[in-house]
Amino acid sequence: MNIYALVKRTFDTEEKIVVKNGAIQEDGAEFIINPYDEYAVEEAIQVRDEHGGEVTVLSLGGEDAEKQLRTALAMGADKAVLINTEDDLDEMDEFSAAKIIAEYLKDKDADLIIAGNVAIDGGSGQVGPRVAELLGINCVTTITELKLDGTDATLVRDVEGDSETIKTALPLLVTAQQGLNEPRYPSLPGIMKAKKKPLEELELDDLDLDEDDVEPKTETVDIFMPPAKAAGRILEGDIADQVSELVGLLNKEAKVI
Amino acid sequence: MSKNVLVLGEAREGELRNVSFEAIAAAKQIAGGGTITGLLIGDSVENLAQEMVQYGADRVITVEHADLKQYTSDGYSQAFMAVYEQESPDAVVMGHTALGKDLSPKIASKLGSGLISDVTAIEGEGDDAEFIRPIYSGKAFEKVKNKEGLLFFTIRPNNIEPLEKDGSRSGDVSSVSVEITNLRSIIADVVRKASEGVDLSEAKVIVAGGRGVKSEDGFKPLEELAELLGGAVGASRGACDADYCDYSLQIGQTGKVVTPDLYIAIGISGAIQHMAGMSNSKIIVAINKDPEANIFKVADYGIVGDLFEVMPILIEEVKKLKSTQTV
Repeated sequence: MNIYALVKRTFDTEEKIVVKNGAIQEDGAEFIINPYDEYAVEEAIQVRDEHGGEVTVLSLGGEDAEKQLRTALAMGADKAVLINTEDDLDEMDEFSAAKIIAEYLKDKDADLIIAGNVAIDGGSGQVGPRVAELLGINCVTTITELKLDGTDATLVRDVEGDSETIKTALPLLVTAQQGLNEPRYPSLPGIMKAKKKPLEELELDDLDLDEDDVEPKTETVDIFMPPAKAAGRILEGDIADQVSELVGLLNKEAKVI
Repeated sequence: MSKNVLVLGEAREGELRNVSFEAIAAAKQIAGGGTITGLLIGDSVENLAQEMVQYGADRVITVEHADLKQYTSDGYSQAFMAVYEQESPDAVVMGHTALGKDLSPKIASKLGSGLISDVTAIEGEGDDAEFIRPIYSGKAFEKVKNKEGLLFFTIRPNNIEPLEKDGSRSGDVSSVSVEITNLRSIIADVVRKASEGVDLSEAKVIVAGGRGVKSEDGFKPLEELAELLGGAVGASRGACDADYCDYSLQIGQTGKVVTPDLYIAIGISGAIQHMAGMSNSKIIVAINKDPEANIFKVADYGIVGDLFEVMPILIEEVKKLKSTQTV
């Protein structure tokens, strides 16, 4: 089985976001594999261990993403591909990203591609389904369970809390929802081995793509922080009085109940 | 230039979801006087068409087919594309719901268009419209513009005000017939776990519990309160990890990002990841025994106290209030 996991390097969820001159400040921030992509990597490894084959982790971004790819290799992926757009592209949107990834994957005969259902930075959840569409393969989003039997796939999908069981077939792209699995931590031997695993680096030229082909359709014109909240009111007195005051405030002042 | 806008309406259990009306309002704002066309897809949806008109759509197109009873991306894509090709709209709006999240990127990819997802506000009108959307789960926001081609966006439920319902409005309702072929993915089964029809992403009131709730049983009073307030129950990651509740209830940077009118955080300390998922709620109430808990920093109203003492009184007080309110 030829399995791909799509991985994005994102800010650690612990990080505070600082905006300066309309841009997110990255200095000194910790970066991780997007948590939903971690589920994707873990699932890819589990599928390979059960059905055989090879797991390739693929990332789009700058050279820095190599670290996250090495982490995925240390978890157990077999090889990694980094499509480095740092020098070629100043701006990208989901249209551009999906086009580049699909261009790479189009002749790879992937049986199964797993992506996170959303990246916690951009948060649009578009790239996975867009890639599937460009490749013309089946796509099921926000899955919490994956079972394969030959080329038949049975998936459980989270739909706003309900669970849908879906039957479909490979080749297939799925996006991972929380609950799919419990991603492993890389082991020490895993980390040692990862250093020797192949990591291929490509640029747009290698994919026969021009800047024009991946010209973004949308553009970010500003980035800003949400308005700071004024300090709230901590109620005082007897608990019963506080609760009664609270209900009164919610009803009369805030008018929300 | 005025834009003709196609708005996908979405029904749940036979009724249009609020986000459909919010999407019509968003469409109006960017249309610059162009025609707003509502689109309804399902096995039997014609009866919902007039309501879309009453909320501001100029006309409605329905696509009805037995195979469209349940949402599948293949079926809905085929229905949507048939209407898209007939109408060639300048803009498309959908809700950023489970359905919209699944369908919109696939359609955008088919059309080779951009897609601005999860819009919470629109600034400006017509061609000058700029779209505000949360990034880093609401820790920051970005303002996005469409550069070229079809303007396509999805709106987050409960953020854009719908237009006033006007029962006197009328509009043309027509149908487009499609052949649904080659459904590559089949829904074999659906298990409903979501709380009594109120979806977290659309709930006006959310009562959320954290580790402080201490057990699965500890969530019962939260459920009671949520029901009294017509809201939904949510949880912090801590509570989900401890198995007090299902992961589908998790609110935070991983999990759902919510913006209800009222968010009541009970026994939640306020880890940065959780706050990212709820701090843009309109009114936040925190109940926690630790006065230093982070959650108080974003709370409009706070009670420092033992939740097991507070909850029964709170439920009684809310009952008392509800009994005086006319239904």
